[in-house]
Amino acid sequence: MEKITSRHFGIPNSHLLETYRKDGGYEAARKALTTMTPAAVIEEVKKSNLRGLGGAGFPTGMKWSFIPANNPKPKYLVINGDEGEPGTFKDKYIFEQDPHSLLEGIIITCYAIGSHKCYVYIRGEYIKSINAVQAAIDEAKKANFLGKGIMGTNFDLEVVVHQGAGAYICGEETALLESLEGKKGFPRLKPPFPAVVGVFGCPTVINNVETIACVGPIIAKGAEWFAKLGSEKNGGNRLFCISGHVNKPGVYELPNGTTLRELIYDHAGGIPNGRKLKAVIPGGISAPLLTPDQIDVKMDFDSLKAIGSMAGSGGIIVMDDTTDMVWAAMVAARFFAHESCGQCSPCREGSGWVYRQVKRFYDGHAKPHDLKNLPGIINNIGGNTICAFGDATTMSIGSYVSKFRQEFEAKIKNDNFVPTA
Amino acid sequence: MPTLTIDGKQIEVPAGTTVIQAADKLGITIPRYCYHPALPVSGNCRICMVEIEKQPKLQIACYTPVADGMVVHTNSPKVLESRKTVLEFLLVNHPVDCPVCDQAGECKLQDYYMEHGQYDSRLSDVKVKKEKKAFSIGPTVMLDQERCILCTRCVRFSDTITKTSEFGVFNRGDHSQLDLYPGKKLDNNYSGNVVDICPVGALTDSDFRFKCRVWYLAQTKSVCPGCSQGCNITVEWDKMRPHQQKKARVMRLKPRHNPEVNDYWMCDKGRYNYRFIDENRIQYPQLGDEIISWDKAIDTVAGAVKSLKNTNRIGVIASAQLTNEDLFVVRKLFKDTLKGSQIEFDAPQADGDDFLLKADRNPNTAGAIKILDAKGNAQEIIEKAKAGEFDVLYVFGVNLIKLYGKDVVAAIAKKVKLFVYQGSNVNDTCSYAHLNLPSSVYAEKEGTFTNCQNKVQRIWQAFTPLAESRGDWQILSLLSSKLGTELTYKNSQEVFQELTKQVGAFGDMSYEKISDKGVTTT
Repeated sequence: MEKITSRHFGIPNSHLLETYRKDGGYEAARKALTTMTPAAVIEEVKKSNLRGLGGAGFPTGMKWSFIPANNPKPKYLVINGDEGEPGTFKDKYIFEQDPHSLLEGIIITCYAIGSHKCYVYIRGEYIKSINAVQAAIDEAKKANFLGKGIMGTNFDLEVVVHQGAGAYICGEETALLESLEGKKGFPRLKPPFPAVVGVFGCPTVINNVETIACVGPIIAKGAEWFAKLGSEKNGGNRLFCISGHVNKPGVYELPNGTTLRELIYDHAGGIPNGRKLKAVIPGGISAPLLTPDQIDVKMDFDSLKAIGSMAGSGGIIVMDDTTDMVWAAMVAARFFAHESCGQCSPCREGSGWVYRQVKRFYDGHAKPHDLKNLPGIINNIGGNTICAFGDATTMSIGSYVSKFRQEFEAKIKNDNFVPTA
Repeated sequence: MPTLTIDGKQIEVPAGTTVIQAADKLGITIPRYCYHPALPVSGNCRICMVEIEKQPKLQIACYTPVADGMVVHTNSPKVLESRKTVLEFLLVNHPVDCPVCDQAGECKLQDYYMEHGQYDSRLSDVKVKKEKKAFSIGPTVMLDQERCILCTRCVRFSDTITKTSEFGVFNRGDHSQLDLYPGKKLDNNYSGNVVDICPVGALTDSDFRFKCRVWYLAQTKSVCPGCSQGCNITVEWDKMRPHQQKKARVMRLKPRHNPEVNDYWMCDKGRYNYRFIDENRIQYPQLGDEIISWDKAIDTVAGAVKSLKNTNRIGVIASAQLTNEDLFVVRKLFKDTLKGSQIEFDAPQADGDDFLLKADRNPNTAGAIKILDAKGNAQEIIEKAKAGEFDVLYVFGVNLIKLYGKDVVAAIAKKVKLFVYQGSNVNDTCSYAHLNLPSSVYAEKEGTFTNCQNKVQRIWQAFTPLAESRGDWQILSLLSSKLGTELTYKNSQEVFQELTKQVGAFGDMSYEKISDKGVTTT
């Protein structure tokens, strides 16, 4: 299988410009800047069926075409490298092992949308990534791949690394923009969408790291080649991050049509010590759980959506039969309670309340009426908030309760426990 | 312009109008916490969700723009259920300490719970405890973080109206708490407004704190007499428990919406300027040290006037605190009847700001200029009084000592035969006046003020004049009878009607036309 975004992973000094240039690095950018019009670049990306790999799966070329042509304001590209979704660690590999492929994608994208400044927003804890990207920017600048008059053309581009400050919600694109502007990371009301009013009030494209890393290869090898690698409406491959109860956890680049079964058993080496699969989170902690009978699903956006879950960020968390699902639900609920930005009432108050209730189950202090109430309370958060965080809380925690109800039931005790602070 | 239907009623509104605005126009009140018409939309409370046909999810009415042909339901089962769930979430960590909360009775958590909540509690967990309760954040406002529902109205007020940005929401999730930025105090002249816009008991007024339950209050529309802006206000007074608070009647003042004058706001200088209504009043007519009857008081003045060889021996210092009606009767009596009287008025000034507070600290300077045809400075009268040109000096509510100094006033008191001070409150000047006449304060009067925009605005009488005090024009009316001129009127409205006939600037105004939004002079 031909690898795209992970093609340089594992090669010694893959992060250096010298290594990157050995197999045609920056030639795609040169091709775009010297032989193609911006419109032709967008058209090519549209034809490739590249979809946003941050989790939403929105067609990338279409997103770029939303940038208003006649807006006199500067346009910005923002790279979402916040990568906070538990179970996800793919962008980190690109940042550290192949930062120039990201930069080349950035050059082509900025050329396509008419932007001369790109912000790369990197998760605050990713110190190594931040240093790697900054070093790559410095190298690229020296070699005239960034800066003024790139590669002898009249195209200028500056790339700025911005370090996040530790909030999961800043991976939500409009919260990221707020954070980038120096404000508290609160998701914005939409519309207007960032393509019209983005960072600093200017038209902005926000793309995930992996998405932009695909752009160079698409321009180099053509849209048809890329489209053919994937499934019908979903071009290229994906970086899947597998963790949890598998023999070989890690990042795997595989075609979108790969099934979850193949991923777990063929690529990740199956479950340790011959234990049985109990549940899988297929796309980061926000994605509803799948049970063993559902793992023949193809791992593309549409197939996972069709069975009530989502491809999300490609973070697969495998749980075997030793897992206490109430404990797993509690850990997930604690995460949502901790990371809710606190803007909308249902999510702010609901995420914490749900955590405290699930914790009570885990601690063995739940009563029968709690199981009667819990699904409804979980359900009241989703669909009622500004951003998708509330929906994620509802879908994720809701799936633990609905699919493993008997485990919650088993924890119910009719004791006289009174909660205290 | 798009036409939409809300709860079966059609309305045409300009494009860009939001559903909540369109509903307000129809008189359909969609519940709201974070939405406030004068502040940017933040869309966080989620109580205003409505059902819009052909849209799969409920939408927040405060942010959703209307569209032509849109059909909105604000009371469908789905909407009612959603309100209930939002209330349940808002109350999960709320202390429900209503018995000790000043907001009780005007709290939107209470109101909406009774209207839309009414569910049985499903809470069997502890509530999140926050840091600051009964915490003073400035000279006028108290913060209670656990009562706060984080609607951010106060944050947006301080960011966009006063641009002082004291408030922020700190921390995340259900540990979010409203606070001031480190090192800040809420100490600007508009601080009190955050109490008004707070829909719950998170921000309460230190001045009003524990004074009176709001359901004992009566509301009377009025205009702030604190400066020439004439902010529309409501005088809130304790109607039902007059024995409380040392028998003080007025408990607080609140701004009253008038988009052309003060929008929803008023300044703190005006807001806390009400104690004079109940405190330190001149209660009885007093001649020297002797409390006398009104009869004797009026006889004293009439006698002095009658004994004059020439009415140009009368000096009058009126005040821009008087209503148009009062001033008109001053004019009728002293200008038209006691011809030759010399009339001016004083309008003391102080520092203003660039928002509502004006340097001219009088509600009716514009009216006084028009009615008395005067310039607003009584220096000349004072000079003449000092020079012995007057036998009678009649002063209306102006503390001359503050303006002209003790020595000047003492000298004048010796020069004139009768120094009358007609005013509502005791001040230094009173002790130099020979005769003190108790007049009523604005909250005891019916009348009009003309503000700095030349807008004539009504004040309504909240309660009867304290003790023996009487309205200013009513006192002059009594005097006129003794002088044989009968300036008698049924009420202020009748005075105003005659005023409009005789003072051109007031054109064809009437109390009905002025109503509660005011009319500008021509």
